[in-house]
Amino acid sequence: MGRYVIRRLLQMIPVFFGTTLLIFLMVNVMGDPIAGLCGDRRCDPATAAQLRAEFGLDKPVWQQYLTYMGNVFTGDFGTAFNGQKVTELMATAFPITIRLTLIAIVFEIVIGISLGVVTGLRRGRPVDTTVLVLTLVVISVPTFVTGLLLQLVLGVEWGIIKPSVSPQAPVNELLVPGLVLASVSLAYVTRLTRTSIAENARADYVRTATAKGLPRRRVVVRHLLRNSLIPVVTFIGTDVGALMGGAIVTERIFNIHGVGFQLYQGILRQNSQTVVGFVTILVLVFLAANLIVDLLYAVLDPRIRYA
Amino acid sequence: MRGATQAKWAACAVAVALAATACGGGDDSGGGGSGADGIVSSSWGDPQNPLEPANTNEVQGGKVLDMIFRGLKKYDPKTGEARNMLAEKIETTDSQNFTVTLKDGWTFSNGEKVTAASFVDAWNYGAALKNNQKNAFFFAQIDGYDKAHPESGSASTDKLSGLKVVDDRTFTVRLSQKFSLWPDTLGYPAFAPLPKAFFTDHDAWLAKPVGNGPYAIDNYAKGSAMNLRRWDEYPGTDKARNGGIDLKVYTDNNTAYTDLTAGNLDLVDDVPASQLKNVSSDLGDRYINTPAGIIQTLAFPFYEAAWDTPEAAKVRQGLSMAINREQITSQIFQKTRTPASDWTSPVLGAEGGFKKGLCGSSCVYDKAAAKKLIDDNGGIPGGQLKIAYNADTGSHKEWVDAVCNSVNNVMGDNEACVSSPVGTFADFRSQVSQQKLSSAWRAGWQMDYPLIQNFLQPLYYTNASSNDGKWSDKKFDGLIDQANAETDKAKAVSTFQEAEKVMVEQMPVIPLWYQNGSAGYSDRIGNVALNPFSVPVYDQITVG
Repeated sequence: MGRYVIRRLLQMIPVFFGTTLLIFLMVNVMGDPIAGLCGDRRCDPATAAQLRAEFGLDKPVWQQYLTYMGNVFTGDFGTAFNGQKVTELMATAFPITIRLTLIAIVFEIVIGISLGVVTGLRRGRPVDTTVLVLTLVVISVPTFVTGLLLQLVLGVEWGIIKPSVSPQAPVNELLVPGLVLASVSLAYVTRLTRTSIAENARADYVRTATAKGLPRRRVVVRHLLRNSLIPVVTFIGTDVGALMGGAIVTERIFNIHGVGFQLYQGILRQNSQTVVGFVTILVLVFLAANLIVDLLYAVLDPRIRYA
Repeated sequence: MRGATQAKWAACAVAVALAATACGGGDDSGGGGSGADGIVSSSWGDPQNPLEPANTNEVQGGKVLDMIFRGLKKYDPKTGEARNMLAEKIETTDSQNFTVTLKDGWTFSNGEKVTAASFVDAWNYGAALKNNQKNAFFFAQIDGYDKAHPESGSASTDKLSGLKVVDDRTFTVRLSQKFSLWPDTLGYPAFAPLPKAFFTDHDAWLAKPVGNGPYAIDNYAKGSAMNLRRWDEYPGTDKARNGGIDLKVYTDNNTAYTDLTAGNLDLVDDVPASQLKNVSSDLGDRYINTPAGIIQTLAFPFYEAAWDTPEAAKVRQGLSMAINREQITSQIFQKTRTPASDWTSPVLGAEGGFKKGLCGSSCVYDKAAAKKLIDDNGGIPGGQLKIAYNADTGSHKEWVDAVCNSVNNVMGDNEACVSSPVGTFADFRSQVSQQKLSSAWRAGWQMDYPLIQNFLQPLYYTNASSNDGKWSDKKFDGLIDQANAETDKAKAVSTFQEAEKVMVEQMPVIPLWYQNGSAGYSDRIGNVALNPFSVPVYDQITVG
């Protein structure tokens, strides 16, 4: 187990450098960011040159990348164009997005898995058909449509939520955005669980467990569910990274000042420091989530052993 | 039956979720209160640059500066006329040496007195190259600017030799050349005075700026919100008529608009284009749409030989006549733009130099004449007009496509004009300023101060700072020089207009439309107006 973890951690190093380099190059390809700082007028050349020197933009790209990486390892993620430290931006943005992601994941687990179990055990019944049709609807409607619709109906027409989230983003205000963010994945989780449960319900070990007279609840929860969750856990694990980075649309609709907001603004202003910094952290989150998922397999299925 | 129980659980979870949100959504628009102490909540965008007066060149930072600073002059929110604010008098005999006398009794909100040094230090800071101030060019007319802010190389000094403090309330300014209208430029926030704390503890000042305006900053959460409160000891005549302003950052102006219709926000000063169709049903008469000092144009590359010929000038006139401005402004912009017929802006007023119809028939849609002018003069240089624009912000795609359609209709050729999007604004600006574009591009100009000079000289004078197309005309330059040296204001304005007439013949850029500022507000507040810079006049807003 320990050796497996170390091997996986070592594998992360080239992935980390590869992705950050790619992002760095992509941001640089977009052109000179200083030109956008002066509105529709031309920046005065002396100030522009001075700013370029300050942000290190006058050096060749490879040198910028090396300096940047060097700084990252000392905890310095650079400065955004508005004079704020990128670490300061992260400190305000990440807690909010993590909260939003956690809420979304809880929705996925609670609603998605429950619905999956219910439908999986009652295949072909009205409940099953209804849920299947509903998930199909949710999957086929894009997030921004569900988001705007809920915002309009709940926020403007019925007035039971605020259409936008306040800057502190407390948990109760994040529930609806979290549901919107989770919606598509939630539908997938339901379908995955349903198929998996339906498949395993006819397995030998379930018949054995039932035959030895175990109560049905115990059969379902301890035997059936535990074995059926492996594909679901994989999905939710990779989804953590996707939700954190992919919250841009939801964060924009509900005006949540999280990672998506900073990334969007960073891209518009071609602020390579912000974009690369945030993406670097997201890459790390993604890698860590993947590792945890793989380790969870062993917990769920004792047959899987890592050496 | 187990299954059913679990389904019930799921349903409960959703119900609890909604109920909890409902509890959260209960309390109404922030602050509250009414009457003279009522708080107004207003939409905001994250300022692009640090909030220093000489470093703020966009409207979001400008909003804050407008509330917390007062300079020597202030532009009247309605007429745009420059009126004395902190200045008791600004005197000159030769349009080059000015003596500024300050009014007595002004202080910053931290109690420090506003003296002549507050101004001189602030201006020196703004002009010095080492401070990276993006509005440094505002001080370019002051003598010694070329030493403190050289075009290249390092500065030999960080003080402007043209500024001298005489006593606490007096200082003198020497310009490098005559500029009779110079005092009228002093209403721009870049010329604001700065307290000592700005220089001694810069970081703390940036975290919570201190100024001398009708509001003081109570709390500033960078990137998300700013709470400004009325400063009760404010000595000026334009005291705030409300208790304060809460600015809230929105990433998407659509969300801000939704918040306004839900009663969660009081003021939105940027109504999204997609909502313009709904404003009258959503807001009724709580929607304002007034001219702002912004003009949109199509610019051309005069560094390309094909565009810099006498025939090409005629072709540009033809293209100008091929654009159906009336139709585009009413259908795409829902009348938030007005067809342009000169190169300035209606906010200047007739006295300030705005002249409707100065462009004459060249700016009026005329299908037959347009096609004839273009065809007779060798057609469009390069065979095709490509209009470059930035695709990320400002919804330019719609109107650029419409302009192209209009030109294509006139020419009877679907390929005569095509749009050419550039991914980001920064990339677009860098292509424009490095002369990489070989055909037309969209250009916009927001005035720095309401003077006709500002609409002409920085844009079209030979090698001027924002003359991106590198147009050059001796007659035009001569008239601008003459107008600047003119001591009589009316005469100066009419000479500037003479210069504009040169542009009718040469058509260095095609004027498209004047942009309006738009805003919507809730029924909680009243007396809302936008100034000529399309910033809400916050201090006049009443609550309740």
